[in-house]
Amino acid sequence: MDHITFLVAVVIVTALAFDFTNGFHDTANAMATSIATGALKPRTAVLVSGMLNIAGAFLSTEVARTISGGIVDDTLVSPAMIFAGLVGAILWNLVTWLAGLPSSSSHALFGGLIGAVWVGAGADGVHFEKVVEKVLIPAVASPVVAGVAALIATYLAYKLTERARKETVTKGFRIGQIASASLVSLAHGTNDAQKTMGVITLTLISAGALGHEAGPPVWVIASAGLAIGLGTYLGGWRIIRTMGKGLTEIQSPQGFAAETASTTVILTSAHLGFALSTTQVASGSILGAGLGRRLAEVRWGVAGRMVAAWLITLPAAALVGGLAASVVKHGGNAGTAVIALVALALATVIVLASRRNPVHANNVNDDQAVTLRTAAPTHVGTAA
Amino acid sequence: MHLDWTALGQVTAVSIGVTVAVVCVFALGVLGLARTDDSREHPDGARALGLTQAALCFLACAAVVAYGIYLIVPQFH
Repeated sequence: MDHITFLVAVVIVTALAFDFTNGFHDTANAMATSIATGALKPRTAVLVSGMLNIAGAFLSTEVARTISGGIVDDTLVSPAMIFAGLVGAILWNLVTWLAGLPSSSSHALFGGLIGAVWVGAGADGVHFEKVVEKVLIPAVASPVVAGVAALIATYLAYKLTERARKETVTKGFRIGQIASASLVSLAHGTNDAQKTMGVITLTLISAGALGHEAGPPVWVIASAGLAIGLGTYLGGWRIIRTMGKGLTEIQSPQGFAAETASTTVILTSAHLGFALSTTQVASGSILGAGLGRRLAEVRWGVAGRMVAAWLITLPAAALVGGLAASVVKHGGNAGTAVIALVALALATVIVLASRRNPVHANNVNDDQAVTLRTAAPTHVGTAA
Repeated sequence: MHLDWTALGQVTAVSIGVTVAVVCVFALGVLGLARTDDSREHPDGARALGLTQAALCFLACAAVVAYGIYLIVPQFH
């Protein structure tokens, strides 16, 4: 293992940390509506989701061959840039989590990498037309498709069952939700855990620790699966509250329609080779389900803030990634250590800030809004 | 830049079609269950009919879920 330098070790740890934030950021995609409608108890939901994410990680053999899918020139990417990009992605994931905003972990990762490559290797290393094709178009199209599907399905579900007994309908769809939410989790595990595996494997290859065509070693699969599963289990309760309660009041037929729409959009896209963000698909489905039930209220203010977060995710992560890359580029190993420490400090500050008004399994359904303060506001201490 | 409009259209059509179909069939199944509950007081053919409807609909949904799992798990391909 003498190929594992200090930098490579740091990259692996950072990649696993990103995987962890990815997990707790995205629990909401699969489980928010099930938790909101009472189909699953909060702790059961995150446990099921975490297990399925780990299972998904072991099931996916097709690990990403490129880190970015062609968005940046992979031949120019060094472990230092990967590290800087991951730091950008992690910090952005934490900031949006603090604000309770569902934003795309994939976009954060892409953004961080774009920023790091731009600074580390010049603007030529970034393929902007690929960014449009692989990130922007799916980002616009997929939530709309999922939303329309969920809207029509919700409308018809209520139309079909309007004369039936309400308790039977609610109970029936609740049971259906358990299956639909589990499928979203499994699909998520196979997609997202392999992103981290790809990053670690490619770093090991570039460091010479693995052969060129090597697949991920078992310890990489296991640690990536565990990191995302643990993150999912700890649950991003702040985001679950926003998606389950904040966007609209969800009832079980809507939850079932939303989860079915998410699953089908994710699976058909993956089948046809479209990269998309699970987060945006799930949010689109929930909005569609909200509109599909007559008189259901959609809180456009929350939806607007969420879309704003989507728009700035990539540039914001790119900025942090670029900043980190410039320090690492000029500072070498010392620079890497400084960035790692600064990132750790910022992460601690964010976690401490979240403690001021924590959201957890026991109070996730009590309120619609995720705020930072409990008493009268003195100042708002977040950049988001 | 090359944009595959056909694939995008396919994703749209298949997603909307499958979602609406699954949710409607499931709703019909729930309707069958509700009918069974309603006819508990006067047990006649309606109860059996409702139960059959529910069973068939949930079976169809289970088949779609099984196909979904098949698509997710690469070892099955």
